[in-house]
Amino acid sequence: MNALTPHIGETDRLRLAPGVMLRNDRRRGEWMLMAPERLLVLDEMALAVVRACVGAEVADVAAGIDRLTAEYDAPRPEVAADVLEMLTDLRNKGYVVT
Amino acid sequence: MSCALPAFAAVSQTDPAPPFAVLMELTHRCPLRCPYCSNPVALDAASAELDTATWKRVLDEAADVGALQVHFSGGEPCVRKDLEELVAHATEIGLYSNLITSAVLLDRARLERLQRAGLQHVQISLQDSEAAGADRVGGYKGGHVKKLEVARAVVAQGLALTINAVLHRHNIDRVNDVIDLAMDLGAGRIEIANVQYYGWALANRAALMPSRDQLLAMDAAVRARLPELAGRIVVDYVVPDYYARRPKSCMGGWARRFMNVTPRGRVLPCHAAETIPGMEFETVHDRSLSDIWRDGPAFTRYRGTAWMPEPCQSCDHKEEDWGGCRCQALALAGSADATDPVCELSSAHAEVAVLRDRDAAALEAEWRYRGV
Repeated sequence: MNALTPHIGETDRLRLAPGVMLRNDRRRGEWMLMAPERLLVLDEMALAVVRACVGAEVADVAAGIDRLTAEYDAPRPEVAADVLEMLTDLRNKGYVVT
Repeated sequence: MSCALPAFAAVSQTDPAPPFAVLMELTHRCPLRCPYCSNPVALDAASAELDTATWKRVLDEAADVGALQVHFSGGEPCVRKDLEELVAHATEIGLYSNLITSAVLLDRARLERLQRAGLQHVQISLQDSEAAGADRVGGYKGGHVKKLEVARAVVAQGLALTINAVLHRHNIDRVNDVIDLAMDLGAGRIEIANVQYYGWALANRAALMPSRDQLLAMDAAVRARLPELAGRIVVDYVVPDYYARRPKSCMGGWARRFMNVTPRGRVLPCHAAETIPGMEFETVHDRSLSDIWRDGPAFTRYRGTAWMPEPCQSCDHKEEDWGGCRCQALALAGSADATDPVCELSSAHAEVAVLRDRDAAALEAEWRYRGV
């Protein structure tokens, strides 16, 4: 990453970008982020991260990482590294905003 | 080679994966007269347009075929008084609605009605970063200022905004200003769209083609800014075809991701497909979108890789670029069956550079505005 665009951090609060919604497509049997003129299919892990870390009801990213750490019974530093990388990618692609 | 059992062969094929989106060109009417308009040179008359009930049925069929999004486009879709009704119907049946507009006919009240109907996203075209140049290209006085006003209203209402900036000889030097403007407007995304030369744009190519120096400066400027723009605005940018060495995956591959319905109801694999002679297009009055998507002759004509000639057939990239653009192959190589000449492996590739350089040097050329 370059210096100008910071990584998502644990104190950030994230919401879906305007025009982005979480949808389940029954025909394809997939969860996806529907967005302006495109979509992103979410695998099980990405869906869990979006649910835990994005939205007005989430205190901050740290709270989402705590929840995922408990749910998956995994070491927090590893969970945090993966989650922050995924969220930064989702932010850079315009699906979530701070 | 003919197949001994054509009917059997047809039914035994696996159905294609459903389209991602259906583009609905509600009308060809538009207050702007951009000389690179993507509409066909022969425009559909207002009297030939599908009525509200038929468009609603087509929306139902779009959901049935498995499309997830609808793009309300044109022409200028806002000339249709039933736009709100159609957006509401799309929302009701679970389709995500995009509005592709010039914005000059929109105001806050109508945007609010469209948002209430479920509209999610507005894509506004800009003709330049400056009013004088923009209004000259659009052939519509006061258009640029109006667009900026509507763009700000879109963002203020919480709708997603995309700026579609079409670049050519007369504005390509201001690409940085266009990006700055899109960010200032609060757009979530910008399409840096170099003119694609079909239809009106093909007829006006000599008046629009940028020079190699202009192209290189624009490309360097955009690439230099991409790192700084990451996370701030999504940038859709591709090298313009006539200066590229490999073709783009046009429409994500023929009949793989999109269907297009014209104002009078013809169903096309891409909006320029009508330029290809000898193609057989069905209409929404003939069969359902599902039937047409599955085995309509225009859709199966270039779907997949079986149709491809060499060098595509033995190329490692054939399932990435899908042989490039059929309309461009027709325009530049004289046959829609040919490899897209933009590809450096095409035997016609050298001629693209000759045409390009000839047109780029025609600095005195004047465009012909889109008109009826």
